[in-house]
Amino acid sequence: MAVEKFPVEAGHIMLFARAVGDQNQIYYDEDYAKGTEPGGTIAPPTFVQASAQFDPDYGLRPKIGQKWFGSGKNPSGSNAPEEPAAEGEGGGRGGGGTGLHAEQHYEYHRHLRPGDVLHAVSKPGRTWEAEGRRAGKLHFSEGITEYYDQNNELVITARSVGVRTERPVTQG
Amino acid sequence: MVLKASDLQAGQTHEEVVVHDLSRTQIVQYAGASGDYNPLHTDEVFTTKVAGYPTAFAHGMLTMGLTGTMLTNWVGDGRLTKFGVRFVSQVFPGDTLTAKATVKELREEDGQHLVDLDLETVNQDGKAVVTGSATARVD
Repeated sequence: MAVEKFPVEAGHIMLFARAVGDQNQIYYDEDYAKGTEPGGTIAPPTFVQASAQFDPDYGLRPKIGQKWFGSGKNPSGSNAPEEPAAEGEGGGRGGGGTGLHAEQHYEYHRHLRPGDVLHAVSKPGRTWEAEGRRAGKLHFSEGITEYYDQNNELVITARSVGVRTERPVTQG
Repeated sequence: MVLKASDLQAGQTHEEVVVHDLSRTQIVQYAGASGDYNPLHTDEVFTTKVAGYPTAFAHGMLTMGLTGTMLTNWVGDGRLTKFGVRFVSQVFPGDTLTAKATVKELREEDGQHLVDLDLETVNQDGKAVVTGSATARVD
């Protein structure tokens, strides 16, 4: 994803920690955080995923004035062909196939703190195919994203693998 | 809490129930916090009628985040140097997930003690939903 400016904010860290069921006070209580080893609030280890909020082109967020592909009056906004649907690599579409997240890997050069302002550099990685037992042919693609801080120092390296399936994943 | 290399040995485990009866509302919370509003996770009408799934399901990254909560509770704040997972099964509303870390190896790099961990998060049926690995600094 092309994220040019991702300001890391304390309130956002608190909301993210709540969402992942993390009650650690270091994520919302600066006074408590001062007494911990990091000496201040840090972000939970998967927080950098929230950079999507700061990607202006991110396809999995409804955009003002654009047709959204989720349900409204109809089961899918994509059913209205005269209006463009938001595009997104992870978007589920009619026709059965679905884009899903297959793997996610992080390498921490340091942990994020409120006040950091990140920018990301992304590059494509390998692509490969496999025959899936539950979803037909699987197309895998890898992406590497490097997150740099306001001093242009590398803070997190992320490697993501996405998979596009031929049909919905069956259970079992 | 800080782990000490001298207190750890290969095969040692730590596990936590990271969510009990996962609610659709928690999935909505994660969508809002992460910015991933893919309707597959929160829009039952779209997911069942258009995408063809039996019900909406959690973001893989929510399960990774829940697994991360167990990890940081155990290894301590700011101690992780690597954390990676594969999403092997879908997680559905109502699932109860238990995340487990197993000590794979203790080693030293540039005078720093490190622990390599194998990770597995399972649902209430014992089925793995996430597998992975992590590395943390230990004293």
